[in-house]
Amino acid sequence: MQRLIKITILIIFFFILGVFFISLNKDTAYNTKTLVGKKITKINLEYFNEKKFYQNEDLKKNNFTLINFWASWCAPCRDEHPLLVELSKEKNLKLLGVNYKDKKKQAKIFLNDLGNPYHFLAKDEFGKQSVNYGIYGIPESILINNELIVVKKFIGPLSFEDLKSIIKIIN
Amino acid sequence: MLSNFGNLLLILNIFLSFIIIYTGYKSLSTKGNLIPRLIYQISTAQSTLIIICFFTLIAAFIISDFSLITVYQNSHTLKPLFYKIAGTWGNHEGSLLLWVIILTIFSFLFLVFNKDHPKEFRVITLIIQNILILGFLFFILFNSNPFSALLPVPKEGLGLNPILQDPALAIHPPLLYIGFVGSSIYFSAAMASLITNYSQPSFVHSIKNWVLISWCFQSLGILVGSIWAYYELGWGGFWFWDPVENASLLPWFAMTALFHSLIVFEKRNLFYLWVIILCLLTFILSVTGTFLVRSGVLNSVHTFASDPSRGIYILLFLALMIFSSIFLLFKKNKKENYDLNPNSKETFILVNNWFMMFYLLTVLLGTVYPIFTDVLSDNKISVGPPFYNMVILPIAAIFLLLMAIGPRTKWIKDRFENLKIYLYILLGSILINFLIVFLFKSYSILSNIIIISALFLIISSLIDTFNFFEKGRINVSQIISHISFGFLVLFIGLNYIFSIEKDYNIKLGEEKTFDNYSIKLKDLKLENFSNYKTVIGELEVSNNETNKKNILRPEIRIYSTPKTLTYEASIKTDIFKDYYLTMSNIDRSEYYNIKFQKKPFMIWIWISVIMLALGGFLRLFKNAKIN
Amino acid sequence: MKFKFILIIFILNFTFLHGVEKIVNQNTIHKNLRCLVCQGQSIADSNSDFAQTIKLVVKDLIEDGKTEDEIYSFMADKYGEWIVFKPQVNKHNFMLWFLPYLALILGGIIIMLVIKKKKNL
Repeated sequence: MQRLIKITILIIFFFILGVFFISLNKDTAYNTKTLVGKKITKINLEYFNEKKFYQNEDLKKNNFTLINFWASWCAPCRDEHPLLVELSKEKNLKLLGVNYKDKKKQAKIFLNDLGNPYHFLAKDEFGKQSVNYGIYGIPESILINNELIVVKKFIGPLSFEDLKSIIKIIN
Repeated sequence: MLSNFGNLLLILNIFLSFIIIYTGYKSLSTKGNLIPRLIYQISTAQSTLIIICFFTLIAAFIISDFSLITVYQNSHTLKPLFYKIAGTWGNHEGSLLLWVIILTIFSFLFLVFNKDHPKEFRVITLIIQNILILGFLFFILFNSNPFSALLPVPKEGLGLNPILQDPALAIHPPLLYIGFVGSSIYFSAAMASLITNYSQPSFVHSIKNWVLISWCFQSLGILVGSIWAYYELGWGGFWFWDPVENASLLPWFAMTALFHSLIVFEKRNLFYLWVIILCLLTFILSVTGTFLVRSGVLNSVHTFASDPSRGIYILLFLALMIFSSIFLLFKKNKKENYDLNPNSKETFILVNNWFMMFYLLTVLLGTVYPIFTDVLSDNKISVGPPFYNMVILPIAAIFLLLMAIGPRTKWIKDRFENLKIYLYILLGSILINFLIVFLFKSYSILSNIIIISALFLIISSLIDTFNFFEKGRINVSQIISHISFGFLVLFIGLNYIFSIEKDYNIKLGEEKTFDNYSIKLKDLKLENFSNYKTVIGELEVSNNETNKKNILRPEIRIYSTPKTLTYEASIKTDIFKDYYLTMSNIDRSEYYNIKFQKKPFMIWIWISVIMLALGGFLRLFKNAKIN
Repeated sequence: MKFKFILIIFILNFTFLHGVEKIVNQNTIHKNLRCLVCQGQSIADSNSDFAQTIKLVVKDLIEDGKTEDEIYSFMADKYGEWIVFKPQVNKHNFMLWFLPYLALILGGIIIMLVIKKKKNL
């Protein structure tokens, strides 16, 4: 009995120290990958220019949709914008841009200057809709398929690698 | 130049530690109970050198010698002198030097003040302590050296973070380290006690005062940290169950359990092995805390900048400590015969330890569990205040009741007639609680129970004080500490229940009314200071019941180097409550977001902890007088 | 007799508690949600953009009639369990909630064994 207790204690400590050791090398940065694989239940994004709302059916028509949250006052959004313009040329993919907590005038100027890659343009004036997509900062992008299941989530501006992986997925 | 000098001193100290270990070891085989004078001399030299080393670093900060990386990263020529000095230990490398200086000085003092104990015991304590010192010196020299040189020498430093320039934050590390690091001495003594089979109650005398000192300073260190959080961080809270806070609390639980058990061991020669385990556990927890905080495995408000290489080193050190402790304990495990009556002080102290271990395990579990889920199931979870409150508070209520009964219980065996008075005290507590709650309307069952228990403890302790006049014997330090603990829980409970918090958006000239208060944003001033610009809001808070008005002035500060934005809370304190107001601007709007809080009895919470530590200091002075 | 008296007072103390409905407290919820872009602060304590957005959404959810737990589930669903400070009781976190009480019970058993040793003689 004594020996059993001793061995158990040793094993417990080895285990604890082992876990600590592994955690040292793990990347503790947070990313909301919880949404990957889940279905977006209700799309309800207001049109940028009209008093209409995009609904589920609108996006189900596309093979893939990249929902991109952006704003004119966001510097990294400028950096990723050319990549979005590139992506807009892809078949199988439609881009839905959501203008986040922005003023219409500034947003229009932004699109005029850098180009408008969005097949669909929506706005989220107070940012409340973004919570439905697990957004916590911008720019963020979500790739969904025709069943509205989240295939991939991109936090921060899209990089060239991200572009390649998107192209790979949609083909 | 200072860099080389500092490094030289570090190397010299390593050298001296080796000499102490060697000469100590040799002296074990000589006859007689006297430790060779050489060892005293080298210890003195060691302490002197490390003090000079520490002052060298302070000097570097004072003259802003940016050839040292640490000074460059953490200081600035414009920093006020007081904070330049405090900046010495406010960073990772410098604070490690503080660890070593306390390890060294405590080692020296232990040697000098414990002449009545067996030579082997004292020498081995010294040797083990020096092994610890070496561990830290090597860590400093090869990984986190405050004297590392930087070339070319920069003209200006980086470290002017305004949040860190605060008096409470300046004394927080020294206080806390005397606690944490101070526990190293009884870690070493416990190992020495096991190795030399020094298991008589007289062993207690060698560590008793050290346990008390570390406990008192740990309590004060935690207090000062909470005070800083309250005044500086702007959310009006003083405890968040943040990993760094928890790291300071864990050794505190062990220390509290320890000095209670020491009483039993001293009086009745029981629980020797448990006392040893607690001695070892306290310092192990201190080092674990350091690991968790500095390695970067945990995300917290207070993290130092993290670096995995530090983590690996500390983890190895920790592993060595834990395994050598376990090894010794297994080897020297002796069976003890217990002869305990359930209604005795010994049992109550055992129960105290039981509860302390429960709190310890809960806080430890809550703090490290996210690491386990992250590694084992790749899932990040958060463990925050709701967990700790829900698990600990109900148990704490029972604990408070027992805490009231324990000290009045006799050693060995007590009679049950004494229970009558407890019923009266319980009655009184319930009535007072009823009054409080009925008059001021509070509904949660849990908070009711906590308040009743706290009152129970307070009233019992007061009755104990009056018993002094009957029996003539009074344990002042115990009564003060126990009553303070009761008051601490009471005031925290009342503060929690009766706090009001309201946040809303307001623009200049507007007035908002809610409950019994009206708040008006009367004025916004812009002011310029040497290193920051500030927007000061002038808010008039009116209590509509009493018609009293108070002006509070929260600020939004924009510092120039480094570019930081801070929100300074405006706090108005009186003996019944604090008004706490913060103001922040809303992007792209003329509205400001105001958060108003009324926090009852804040100042009594601080006073309770000071009194708690005071009880410990009184005991310390009493012990010193006896000697 | 005295005991019954005390029991009655004790019960009276709690009688007025039963009339309180479980109101969803906005502030409690804010305190229980983590600000993801801050270092360890809650939504209640943070002035960040993210925190302000979440506060708006929580307000809407409360107006929709959602309970506190439903709001936490919603947030955890979108952002992962990390956003909620109270760990959910599921098979992953079961140990977290269970171990402290297990330890308490074990400790109690140990103490009883220690005390009873004399009686066994």
